[in-house]
Amino acid sequence: MTALRQIAFYGKGGIGKSTTCQNTLAALAELGQKILIVGCDPKADSTRLILNSKAQLSVLQMAAEKGSVEDLEPEEIIRVGFKGIRCVESGGPEPGVGCAGRGVITAINFLEENGAYDDMEYIAYDVLGDVVCGGFAMPIRENKAQEIYIVMSGEMMALYACNNISRGILKYATTGSVRLGGLICNSRMTDREIDLSEAMAKKLGTKLIHFVPRDNVVQHAELRRMTVIQYQPDHPQADEYRALAKKIHENSGQGVIPTPVGMDELEEMLMDFGIIKSDEQMIAELEAKEAAAKRVAVHA
Amino acid sequence: MTAIKTIDYRNDREFHEKLIEEVLESYPEKTAKKRAKHLSVTQDGASDCGVKSNIKSIPGVMSIRGCAYAGSKGVVWGPVKDMVHISHGPVGCGQYSWSQRRNYYVGTTGVDSFGTMQFTSDFQERDIVFGGDKKLKKMIDEIEELFPLNKGISVMSECPVGLIGDDIEAVAKERGAAIGKPVVPVRCEGFRGVSQSLGHHIANDAVRDFIFDKREPEAFESTPYDVVIIGDYNIGGDGWSSRRLLEEMGLRVIAQWTGDSTLSELERAPKAKLNLIHCYRSMNYISRHMEEKYGVPWLEFNFFGPSRIAMSLRMIAEHFDDKIKEGAERVIEKYKAMSDQVIETFRPRLAGKKVMLYVGGLRPRHMINAYEDLGMEIVGAGYEFAHRDDYQRTMDYVKDGTLIYDDITAYEMEHFIQRIRPDLVGSGIKEKYSTQKMGVPFRQLHSWDYSGPYHGYDGFAVFARDMDMAINNPAWSLFKAPWKAAEPAPASA
Repeated sequence: MTALRQIAFYGKGGIGKSTTCQNTLAALAELGQKILIVGCDPKADSTRLILNSKAQLSVLQMAAEKGSVEDLEPEEIIRVGFKGIRCVESGGPEPGVGCAGRGVITAINFLEENGAYDDMEYIAYDVLGDVVCGGFAMPIRENKAQEIYIVMSGEMMALYACNNISRGILKYATTGSVRLGGLICNSRMTDREIDLSEAMAKKLGTKLIHFVPRDNVVQHAELRRMTVIQYQPDHPQADEYRALAKKIHENSGQGVIPTPVGMDELEEMLMDFGIIKSDEQMIAELEAKEAAAKRVAVHA
Repeated sequence: MTAIKTIDYRNDREFHEKLIEEVLESYPEKTAKKRAKHLSVTQDGASDCGVKSNIKSIPGVMSIRGCAYAGSKGVVWGPVKDMVHISHGPVGCGQYSWSQRRNYYVGTTGVDSFGTMQFTSDFQERDIVFGGDKKLKKMIDEIEELFPLNKGISVMSECPVGLIGDDIEAVAKERGAAIGKPVVPVRCEGFRGVSQSLGHHIANDAVRDFIFDKREPEAFESTPYDVVIIGDYNIGGDGWSSRRLLEEMGLRVIAQWTGDSTLSELERAPKAKLNLIHCYRSMNYISRHMEEKYGVPWLEFNFFGPSRIAMSLRMIAEHFDDKIKEGAERVIEKYKAMSDQVIETFRPRLAGKKVMLYVGGLRPRHMINAYEDLGMEIVGAGYEFAHRDDYQRTMDYVKDGTLIYDDITAYEMEHFIQRIRPDLVGSGIKEKYSTQKMGVPFRQLHSWDYSGPYHGYDGFAVFARDMDMAINNPAWSLFKAPWKAAEPAPASA
């Protein structure tokens, strides 16, 4: 039996983490891997493409109904989807109530202690975009995930988030075994996106694992609650995910301790790539605009 | 208040300064620098004791302080007997503070009074994750159904409730309207502030915001002699032995805050002619508010020991007419024979004995003259959670050269006791057994060691007996190991 591999997907909210994660894992399942997906998001939408159905019952929802997690059995909340992938959602409270972070901690501990990880080859955590508190850092802490994959794009906020998540990893890498596995660029078709992603990876001391091009088939598959692998297995986009899955599989033990940069350095890089403008540029533009406005005023 | 003459003595300034140096030497540099500001030796004529106070304790030193929840639920709200006080959060806070303060009351527990009962929402993991508002709502309804004679409910917020951001104010408002009784949300999460002191303040503010001027006023006929006792929690019956003296001098006590008190008494207080504060620290806030908003003046008084009682009765009488002034003299005269007899009995057994005090809000200063009435000397005093104004007020009491310790650490306390070897230490339960194991007699001055009352003339008799019992207990003659017969016993029997 191969050793259990635990990986986690992080990244800015809305970047396509859950989609990338599920497509990649579907490809990994094709390779015959035994996988458990743990959705760490109160919205409980990390597994719908694998299960081909809307959000399932979550650990916390069931626990609340039954009394406490002690009253639950893992079989009651684990559902099996595409190619035998096992799926579980931590779930959590509705927005604005209670403590979702504590919920993630409770759910992960429950799964681990009750044998949900036994006989698995992969545990994949799909974590909500904004790591707002310690609870959402749970997969990074306590020697859970060995490698973190950051889903990002060439957009400014995605790069900020990428750097911030690396800071979180750095904090726990010094006390535990968590490493940064690499960056996955989920293309937004911004200018010089590959170059920028590679430059970002270099700054962080890691590599760009894969550049996933943008293709509408992903959305088409999603509307049908499917991964591309399942919906159109022969589509070139499916091969992109297969390539990514293979790279992740071969990346075992290759993770690094990231070297996040300061705000100044990050902004400098973004300026080099023309993503943000320097103060001089902005002043020049503002002056030009004002001058134009004045001309208009004179003519009027 | 001003200093009064009881007995004459000075404390050993050089020795006490040396003791401070000794404890500071064993700390790391940074800690020593911080703790140095909390240790001092009093200087006659100075305006305060010369210590910093109300500052965060240093991690790792074992402070004796409590938390904001303790100050709010345990001290201020807990004794209001006809209200149900919910410890909202996990079970521990309520369970381990259950009935600790010995706030006596009359009433039928579980029917119209709830002082010795423990109500907690007993948070489970589920309540943390999904929030506890629903449970709180349900709990209020259950309380109303099971205990229909309750007059209102307070919600004492524990730490997790603040962390997860439950909206207890909304629940309190909604359920309060539904059951037609005050439901008071109190944001006294333990992590707020540096000690229980902020909890007192938060609790006072809750009285102001959720009790005063909220309901149709009861029918109330004022008299010119209406007073309120504020900051007496009726520990071991203290409030009762105080109230009696005020009534005997002709005043009418319209409320006790909050020992043996009711919701109506809280509501009625702004109608007083004078507010009498015993524990200044825990209730000066609301007294100042009543002064500003309702024009009720307040006065800090002290009912420990005959010297201070007489002084306080006269000070209180100054605010009223001759009838009350005569009443004060009459009361002093009435109890003179009794207190003289107490002194006659116990002073020969206690004179010259040295005492160290480390207590909470008022006792480190208020009790000093009571000890001195018995001929005892105060060598050291300190507060857990005092502010600067407490250390100013303390100067009216202490003799020159008294060792002062603010928010003392366990280590400092042990060292001072070992080096001074006082004849008596007065502090709390956590300090009791370690002190007695050092061979030093001890009395608990939070709970009166399950005795009391200590306030008023009645209380003075009990106080004197208890101190004698602690110091002159024959057990101390057995303390010494028989093979060390040559050494003198730590305290004579």
